[in-house]
Amino acid sequence: MVEVVLARTEALRVCYGRVAALHDVSVTIREGQIVTVVGANGAGKTTLLCALMGLLPHTGRIEFPQWPTAALTVGERIRAGVCLVPETRDLFGTMPVEDNLRLGGFSRRRDKAYSASRTLEEVYTLFPRLKERRRQSANTLSGGERQMLALGRALMAKPKLLMLDEPSLGLAPLVTKEIIAAIAGLRDRNVSILLIEQNARAALAVADYAYVMETGTVTLEGPADAVARDQRVVESYLGARRREDPAVAPAPQDRPAAEERTATTSSIGDRRFAAPVRQGRAGQGSVA
Amino acid sequence: MGPIMDLTIFGFLVQDGLTTGAVYILLAVSLVMVFTVTRIVLVPQGEFVAFATLTLAGLERGDAPGLAWLLVAAGVLAFVMDLSAARRRGSRRGIAAAAVLFLAVPAVLAAVALYGIGASTPLAAKIAVTCAMVVALGPILYRVAFQPMAAASPLYLLIAAIALHFVLVGAGLYLFGPEGVRTSPLLDGSTEVLSMPVSVQTLLILAASLGLNLALFAFFGFTLQGKALRATAVNRRGAELVGVSADYAGQLTFALAAAIGALSGVLIGPVTTIYYDSGFLLGLKGFVGAIIGGLAAYPAAAVGALLVGLLEAFSSFWASAYKEVIVFTLIVPVLLWRSLAHVAVEEDHD
Repeated sequence: MVEVVLARTEALRVCYGRVAALHDVSVTIREGQIVTVVGANGAGKTTLLCALMGLLPHTGRIEFPQWPTAALTVGERIRAGVCLVPETRDLFGTMPVEDNLRLGGFSRRRDKAYSASRTLEEVYTLFPRLKERRRQSANTLSGGERQMLALGRALMAKPKLLMLDEPSLGLAPLVTKEIIAAIAGLRDRNVSILLIEQNARAALAVADYAYVMETGTVTLEGPADAVARDQRVVESYLGARRREDPAVAPAPQDRPAAEERTATTSSIGDRRFAAPVRQGRAGQGSVA
Repeated sequence: MGPIMDLTIFGFLVQDGLTTGAVYILLAVSLVMVFTVTRIVLVPQGEFVAFATLTLAGLERGDAPGLAWLLVAAGVLAFVMDLSAARRRGSRRGIAAAAVLFLAVPAVLAAVALYGIGASTPLAAKIAVTCAMVVALGPILYRVAFQPMAAASPLYLLIAAIALHFVLVGAGLYLFGPEGVRTSPLLDGSTEVLSMPVSVQTLLILAASLGLNLALFAFFGFTLQGKALRATAVNRRGAELVGVSADYAGQLTFALAAAIGALSGVLIGPVTTIYYDSGFLLGLKGFVGAIIGGLAAYPAAAVGALLVGLLEAFSSFWASAYKEVIVFTLIVPVLLWRSLAHVAVEEDHD
């Protein structure tokens, strides 16, 4: 099988002020794969996605071999088919669900082959709940529906490479399952995925290839099932050894951190990218 | 006490207040639009009004319109900025569009204004050229003054807006001279409403203001571009991630703001004497109206602007020396009320 590389970074380095959030990160995303990046809070996962999307200044290389112009700006990446669903979702809260979705296709508005209404129907088929709620404003949706809307809005742009930042953040386990299943289904529709998850167990179960990040650098990579069996990963992220109560949801030690993170981002709002820095430093302490 | 009020005078004052109020509504709506989309308090909003009136008056007199030179010069500056940004990025993409928007359009409009307008040109054509030049100036000013610092805080943007205002007033004095102008009325004559004589120009202003507001409502409510601007106002990063760039939103918003200003200038020209620096006071009154809506709500801003117009008309009757003072004093109780009633406005967004 010939493997087509969609995105690649080499020696990627991102700094917030003098603090390096990423150093020497090299990852490759191939067509038709779900690639996941697991790691503790503050390992630099969100920073990696923001840098890949062109939202952060960086040194080192970011390449999109299929679309050479995509490396230029955020807008060029979206037009080429690279989309990001951020962990803050960044929905248009006061606007109806359907307007949110239609705006997802904004970058394709001059594209003659693109039909907004047909794509809208596809998204509604994937998430029938959104169709029921299409006249409601996005603010009134539940957490799971908001994530569906964020995914649906990204799918309206017909992405080839979809980057998802913590799609299960703040969701009930059952909803998480539903979302992860939908993501796995996207791979079969020829959408390649870069998935970042706190819930390492769920991410590794669905992914083809995995990277493990710690304090801004990749410490381990390989096929997802091999990574899931790695002793260090089992100990640190899947929590098999130290788990106190095996009946609770996966990776319980991640839970308080995830909640804390939600609180931080919601109070800071959508305006700042500074949030990962502070979390990053706090997170590094807790990992070490 | 001041002069005696009777029903006829009352009627005239209401008419006067509604006329100016209708123009303040347009300015207030424009200020709210620009602020919510770009976080810029558009201090130079009034300059669009003054430039339109002064240019139209110049065309009526047969003078060469100075605005044409300003437009071409600012357009070249904007294009050079785009060119150097493209060189830094290492791509030529977008340069063709910039050349059209910043070079070709201003050049064509300037050529028409300088050489295509004669004594026999109909008024409608002069108005069209005037409005087109002012509208073309909008995105150019955004590109030059605000785009390089679009991510800055509202306070920095406000300071830049004030600086741009002074630059434009200075340019206005140089290009148009210190004399005040009135343009010829678009429609002559008067009619009777409720057994009161009402000039047709007044009715035209009211109708135009209403029509423009409805058009803006339709644009923001039903078109993808309008929704994209609203989306930018609701969530800037979300808009960026669906491909509505801040540059696009800013330039489109400024084109709209300039269009609103230009039409206001055409409407107000026959009823008010406009000087090169009259725009600031007009914009400030629109701002008082917009503040009543918290710089965020359209209907409240419109009602506020209408109130400002009426208050101004009545205070010019009873205490004409203090009419500006009375209007601007309105800001203090309104801000007090808003600061008490809306403590957590900032946190509500998201």
